[in-house]
Amino acid sequence: MQNINTGDTAFILISAALVLFMTPGLALFYSGMVRSKNVLGTIMHSFIIIGIINVLWMLFGYSLAFGPDKFHLIGDLSWIGLRGVGAAPNTAYAPTIPHEAFMIFQAMFAIITPALITGAFAERMKFKSFLLFIIAWFVIVYIPVAHWVWGVGGWLRNLGVLDFAGGIVVHASSGAAALAAAIFVGKRKGFGTEPMIPHNIPLTIIGTGILWFGWFGFNAGSALASGALAANAFVTTQVAATAAVTSWMIVEWLKGGKPTTLGAATGAIAGLATITPAAGFVSPSAALLIGLAAGVICYYAISLKFKLGYDDSLDVVGVHGVGGILGTLSVGLLASTAINPAGANGLIHGNSSLIGIQALGVFAVVGFSFVASLVIFKVVDKLFGVRVEEEDEITGLDLSQHSEVGYDLSGLGGSAGGFVTANAFSAYPSEMPSVSGEAPLAPDNLP
Amino acid sequence: MKKIEAIIKPFKLDEVKDSLSSIGINGLTVSEVQGFGRQKGHTEVYRGAEYTVDFVPKVKLEILVDDGLASQVVDTIMDAAKTGKIGDGKIFILTVDDAIRIRTGEHGDDAI
Amino acid sequence: MKKIEAIIKPFKLDDVKNALSKVGVQGLTAYEVKGFGRQKGHTEVYRGAEYRVDFVPKVKLEIMVDDDLASQVVDTILNSARTGKIGDGKIFVFPAEDVIRIRTGERGKDAI
Repeated sequence: MQNINTGDTAFILISAALVLFMTPGLALFYSGMVRSKNVLGTIMHSFIIIGIINVLWMLFGYSLAFGPDKFHLIGDLSWIGLRGVGAAPNTAYAPTIPHEAFMIFQAMFAIITPALITGAFAERMKFKSFLLFIIAWFVIVYIPVAHWVWGVGGWLRNLGVLDFAGGIVVHASSGAAALAAAIFVGKRKGFGTEPMIPHNIPLTIIGTGILWFGWFGFNAGSALASGALAANAFVTTQVAATAAVTSWMIVEWLKGGKPTTLGAATGAIAGLATITPAAGFVSPSAALLIGLAAGVICYYAISLKFKLGYDDSLDVVGVHGVGGILGTLSVGLLASTAINPAGANGLIHGNSSLIGIQALGVFAVVGFSFVASLVIFKVVDKLFGVRVEEEDEITGLDLSQHSEVGYDLSGLGGSAGGFVTANAFSAYPSEMPSVSGEAPLAPDNLP
Repeated sequence: MKKIEAIIKPFKLDEVKDSLSSIGINGLTVSEVQGFGRQKGHTEVYRGAEYTVDFVPKVKLEILVDDGLASQVVDTIMDAAKTGKIGDGKIFILTVDDAIRIRTGEHGDDAI
Repeated sequence: MKKIEAIIKPFKLDDVKNALSKVGVQGLTAYEVKGFGRQKGHTEVYRGAEYRVDFVPKVKLEIMVDDDLASQVVDTILNSARTGKIGDGKIFVFPAEDVIRIRTGERGKDAI
């Protein structure tokens, strides 16, 4: 155990907590963009994934993703239930921290990736079917892809594909699944004809702040040690995010007339997603270019859905899919061994082969995730139907799927659903729990 | 002059507004209300405690029209707001003595 | 007895309320509504998607008055709510059959 570096261990554990925090952040980021009747349904899509995926991760997911290689495609089950994953470092992955710390850091990535997809089918998916899809996608897509790119023996890793913190594994894979989701699940009722205005942009901004904050753990933590490489990844993350906020605002201002708050937030997330695969391979000045490009290219990418006619409700394809692909390809252009000797040089540093390898990695994962997601949706649809009933969609997911409402601005019991009414009627609990202890707050006007 | 009040399902508002525009109604007032009628409310559950909320969110429209237009407006609202299910709402017709446009002070039909 | 309803610009509410107090109006009901009329709405843009919002926020007042006070109340609202710009709103006058004060059971004029 002499090899354990306490500084590295502290840094990775804190980074793991930061990455975990991103998923509730994503819940807020997404939920501000939906209509008020779906705020809780949208939050729940991200939040419940934390629970389910982490349980599966410790039971078998980690072993299949990072365990001893089988056929360059998947890990085996020798670490099932975290057997043998303890204090001793795994020298192949992170030689200076407990294996357990590496495992839990990776768990947080396994959690947020499927949560990203949920933005594509927001406001219309049946909860039971959502759960089944997410579990199947995690097992069939996330685990193998993580193994291909990051697992020792994985075929893309062996080819030399570079993905520092998840441009391919997290963003491109979830973006491709999001496209499949938008196409298969279909448009929200009224998409394109009824206004579907974000109900609470301040919520989205809080979510953006949490995501941005957590992203330092995501990217700098992916150095898997505290030191120069982590510092570089930290800096490139900040540089790209700020560049993308700025370039998004400029292009939006020039094209759309007004610089919007939602645009600024979206620009930040686009910059963060795009720098993710490159954070530990490129210099801060390269990150500036990547961030500027991300703001402009993702701005145009999110308008594709209107042209092509699919309802990627919260722009997962345009922001995460396109950002992840762009970032992964930018590694092929801008990577430098001066930043990370364990990486490779990109085109501008005289190595013309990396960009092709990066493109192959993206192509393989995007294609696999897209097709596998369609197949999973097809099966789930046969079993339970993917969409809620029309009446439930009109009512909203909060009430129809969860029997709760997000807002009770009238103080009348939640049915107001964001309504501020003049006519004060009373609503009262039909059944109050008589047991002592934590009783729910009753409305003031209880008879 | 008549005032027509309609209580409709909230998601039908756009459709009703568009149909009214197409027959030349270019002014109406909308408020969010809660109603209690034949349509059942719903149940909300928080930490195991069940709450029945009897009041259902509705939208109330108010439209001032010339006597001659009243029945056409009623028909238009009926067609646009109807889903055939319980809770489609109601339409009321009230008598109005006068209407005044605040900006100009015009009275009566000119003010509608 | 008359019921007077006025749809006004929200920022004029205080002016109108103060002016009405001066002519002896002791009670009114005010609430937020949305109106659709000659005043144009606005456009909102979210991630490049443009939404036309036709409805403009307004405040609606309801006042019960004795017949002989009605025209004075209308004039008072007219003067205090007017900016001269489009969107100043409208006033409607309705015949009211009766008014009852719930606490005392008083009716008619006494209940106003």
